[in-house]
This record gives sequence, structure tokens and C-alpha cells, in this order.
Amino acid sequence: MKTLNAKQKTSLNGFINYGIIIVAYVIMQLLLAGDALSNKMQSLLVPVCCYIVMAISLNLTVGILGELSLGHAGFMSLGAFSGIITAAALANVMPNPILRLVIAIVVGAVIGAIGGAVIGIPVLRLRGDYLAIVTLAFGEIIKNIINVLYIGIDSEGLHIATKEANLELLEDGIAIVKGPMGAVGVTKLATFTVGAVLIIITLIVVQNLVNSRSGRAILAIRDNRIAAESVGISATKYKMMAFVTSAAIAGAAGALFGLNYSSTTAAKFDFNTSILILVFVVLGGLGNIRGSIIAAALLYILPEMLRSFNITEYRMLIYAVILIIVMLVGNNSQIKSLFGKIIPKKKGESVNG
Amino acid sequence: MTFLGHLVTGLSLGAIYAIIALGYTMVYGIAKMLNFAHGDVIMVGAFVCFTVVSSLELPPVLGIILAVILCTVLGIIIERLAYKPLRQAPSLAVLITAIGVSYLLQNGAQLIWGASPKSFPSMFNFGGENGISLFDGQLNISYVAIITVSVCIIIMIALTLFTEKTRMGKAMRACSEDKAAAQLMGVNVNQTISVTFAIGSALAAVAGVLMCSAYPALSPTTGSLPGIKAFTAAVFGGIGSIPGALLGGILLGLIETFTKAYITTDLSDAIVFAVLIVVLLVKPSGLLGKYVPEKV
Repeated sequence: MKTLNAKQKTSLNGFINYGIIIVAYVIMQLLLAGDALSNKMQSLLVPVCCYIVMAISLNLTVGILGELSLGHAGFMSLGAFSGIITAAALANVMPNPILRLVIAIVVGAVIGAIGGAVIGIPVLRLRGDYLAIVTLAFGEIIKNIINVLYIGIDSEGLHIATKEANLELLEDGIAIVKGPMGAVGVTKLATFTVGAVLIIITLIVVQNLVNSRSGRAILAIRDNRIAAESVGISATKYKMMAFVTSAAIAGAAGALFGLNYSSTTAAKFDFNTSILILVFVVLGGLGNIRGSIIAAALLYILPEMLRSFNITEYRMLIYAVILIIVMLVGNNSQIKSLFGKIIPKKKGESVNG
Repeated sequence: MTFLGHLVTGLSLGAIYAIIALGYTMVYGIAKMLNFAHGDVIMVGAFVCFTVVSSLELPPVLGIILAVILCTVLGIIIERLAYKPLRQAPSLAVLITAIGVSYLLQNGAQLIWGASPKSFPSMFNFGGENGISLFDGQLNISYVAIITVSVCIIIMIALTLFTEKTRMGKAMRACSEDKAAAQLMGVNVNQTISVTFAIGSALAAVAGVLMCSAYPALSPTTGSLPGIKAFTAAVFGGIGSIPGALLGGILLGLIETFTKAYITTDLSDAIVFAVLIVVLLVKPSGLLGKYVPEKV
């Protein structure tokens, strides 16, 4: 057999994605060992991993489920703060930092999933732009609520209050989250290796979901909800499945992100962050997971690279112009047909690369 | 008395939201796109007025007129360069472009005017007073509040008359219903969309000046949060509907002010958005929006 059949092709596509991550990880490790990375670039490694995971997870909602979400950073926020609290709570019980980090990420994912379920049940009844605005609203609500919470821990357990004075901590207690100041004094646990492993796990989850029976149902709902329902696919069930998975992954990424900095505020996960991730997804190509990975990595590093050209003032201006030009060029039918002539279109390109 | 005071504050804040929401709702109704750069046009309008009044020391009226003219031109330019080439593109591509334009305006403004917040001049002082006091000084109503609410009402009446009575208004309504059919009937769709953007941007300039007169801190990101809230207001009232934008804006302003006054200041945004979600769950197309059933 000369050509691969569709099934082999999708699994090959998936393996290429794992390959890219592993190769990138090895190259980065070599560069780190050879001391070839500047401090700035080193500090970007973990956030890049987080944003790659975020982009894959949002792609599941926007590209594969086909629902526009403008509040994805809200789940990241939930994951970040629950992860930070878990890590702090386990600090005395569990001395191994990697184990603590893994548990924090799992807790982040669970809290993210719960958030996704709570939000998904009402939100997924709405359609199109209304759904988008409600996800935006949820993102803002989560940010606002975390902004007023004070959370501390002592030998009696967790204390939660809306004012610092009401925390009533014992003498051995510490305040972990301090309202608008966010989480302070966080022990940095995140490592690049855990980040890379998290990307691989995300890929395994998302790619297997997409290529499963459920994944095909999700794609069918995206392409035509009414037709899918008429052949007995429960739109609510599969929408929830995709949305909750996406939220759980975002929570895990958030936990890793939160544990990478010594302090984190709720304002870090605002509307602009949601939009930033959406930009990665759209520029990488809707439904194209490899595209999300590459776009997230390049676009997250791009503004930092521009920083080194001594054009700090024009940095974000250039970013904006690049964004607009890419969208204009990418959707220009003349340029598209020109490319179409140079590169013959591959037959049967799958949407779930 | 304090209740009346909050009512006035809420109404004037709501009127500002309503004017911004009108821009969103008109553009959405006709071009079917979420123009995320709208909030930043507000900021540009306020900055132009600030420059004219504070730096060049010209009369405020000139500042407002210049702000409106420049924003109108800016709106048309943005539409021509960024949105028009994407008429046939998927809506997400347009959304991302709008976000790009929003970043461009914010960072452009930062280059021109700097990142530090400016204090907007108080322009509505008549006879040395900035408001009228009623009931022996128990209730102060600022001139800004009065002007904001009246401007909002005037704009609303003018826009309703414009869309109902004029040829261009008719073309707009036709475009919002079915662009292809409108084109076949001889409506110049591109021109209609340009005019819509021009009107929306002019309204944004007015809103920017009024907003910064009431809350006089001006920075390149001033427009984003009111932009998001006004967008929420537009959805609240039913996006695409002009009376809906008014209703949504006023309600949002009132809810926000009363929450801040009587419940909590910290969670006012959360409560505003929670009300929005509840309304959308009960009426999925907004308070005055038309419900369009999905066809197979």
C-alpha cells in the first residue's frame, strides 16, 4: 500500500506532535546544559509550556467543539490559586517538591473541571456570540471573586475570609492569598521537565479524545448541531465533555503557571490573557493542534525577542501590526490562490492534526 | 436623598454605557462583527479632547468637535484597512483583527501621550459651579451628569429617527437583515457599513469626552473596561437593537452604582456580570433582542 489510510494518517499526525515536543525539549535541555540560553529565555521556558497547554485546551473548545470562549483564563486562574494553596498546604507533609507539584497540578485540574462543569451547564445552552459574552463574564467574575478572597492556613486547616482581619490564623499560620495582592511568598516548584510532561499528557488526552467515538460526535456537533442531534448524538453531553476536559487542562496549566512565580495576582488572568490564548489558537489554525503548539511558542516568545532589539517602545505596536497583517494576508483570497498554485493542496487533510 | 444621589450617578453612568453600547450594537447589527477596538476609539476621542483643551488651551467645544471628527475619520480608516478586506473571512479572523487594532490603538496612544494617567480637565463648569445643589445642598447634581443624560436621550432620538426615516437608515436596516438581498436591491453595502462605522466612532468620541469628564483619569487603557461593560450592556439589551442598547446601558449603570452603594464595592463587577448571565439564561437573546429560530 503506497498511501496511508485515514486512520494511520491521524495516528502519524499525533506522533509527529509528540516528536516535536520531545525534540524541542531535548534541544532546550542541551542549550541549558551548554549555557547558551540567556536568563530571560530560561525564565520563559515554563510559561511557554503553560501557554502551549492553554492553547491546546482552548483549541478543544474553539476549534474542535466550535464554541467561542472568551474567559479561558478564568479556568487558568482557578487552577493557579488552587494549585498554590495545595502546594502550600502540603509543604510540611510532603517534602518532595516534584510530588507536591504533581499533586498541585492534579488538584488544579480537578478544580478547573468543577469550574468548567458549573459554568458549562448554563453556558452551553446559549449559542454563538451570546455564549462568548457569558464566558467573558465568567472570567471576569472569577477574577473579581479571587480578588477579594483572603486564604490562610495553620495547624487547624484552611481559613477563608473576605477581610484580612477575619482570617483568625493561629500563630503558626500563614496567609497564602491576600485579596488584591494575590498569592504571595509562593515556593517556586515548577520545572521545565514537568511542563514538557504536562504538554505530552495534554496531547495524549486531547488527541485520543478527538480520534475517539466521542471526538467524532463532538466534531459532528460542531459541523452541524441539528444534523448531529437528529442521528441521536446528545449535543449537551458531548459539549460538556469537551468543555470540562478543556477546563480541566486549563486548570492544570494554571497550577503549573502559578507555581512558577513567587507571587501571582488574579489580575494576571484577565480578559487580555484569554484573548492572548485565543490569538494563539486562531493564528495556529482552528482545530489544528500542532498549529496551536507552534503559534503559542512563537507568539509568546516574539514580544520578548522584540524586546532585545532595543525597540521596547514599539514592541507591542509591532506585535499588533504583525497580528493584523497575518490575519489580512491569511484571509486574502488572491494570496491564497497564489499559494494554492505553488503548493498543491494535500488530499483529505484532516482537521485534527 | 442619598438614594436620589445614587440614582443620578447610576443614570449618568448608564447613559455613558448606553452611548458606547450603541456603537457596538450598530456595528454588530450590520457588519455582524464584535468590534473590540470600539473601547479604544473612546480613549482616542478623550485624548484628542484632552490635548485640545489642556495642551493647546482652546475652548472645550472645539475639543469635542475635533474629537468627534478625528474619531469618525479613524473609524472609517480602521474599517477600510482592517475590516473591509475580511468581509468574506470567518468571523473569528475578524475578531482577532479587531483585537489587533485594539492593541495598535492602545500602544499608539501610549507612544503619543505616554503611559502615565492624565487628569482630564473639567469642562462643564458654568459660573464657577460644577453642579446644581437641591434641597439645601443635600443633593448635588453635577452638570456632567445632566449633560450626559440629555446627550444620551438626544442621540437616541436622533438615531431612531435616522434609521426609521432616512434613505441611509433604510439601507442600514436592509443590510442588517440580508446583505446579499440588499445588494440586489441596489443598496451600496460597503458604503452603508462605512457610514455605520463612522456613526459608531463619532458616538465613541462623545462617550469618551463625557466619561472622562465624569471620571477624570485618562490613560491608554482607559477605554478597555468600559468597552467590555458597554458590550455587555449591548448584549444585555439584545445586540443589534438600538432601544436595547439604551435599556441595557442604563440598567447596567444603575445595577453597578447601587451595588457599589448598598452591597459591596469589591464585588460590583462580579454582580453586574452575574446579572447578565441570569438574564441571558432566561432570555437567551437579550431583553429586547429578536429570537431567531435555527433553521435546518
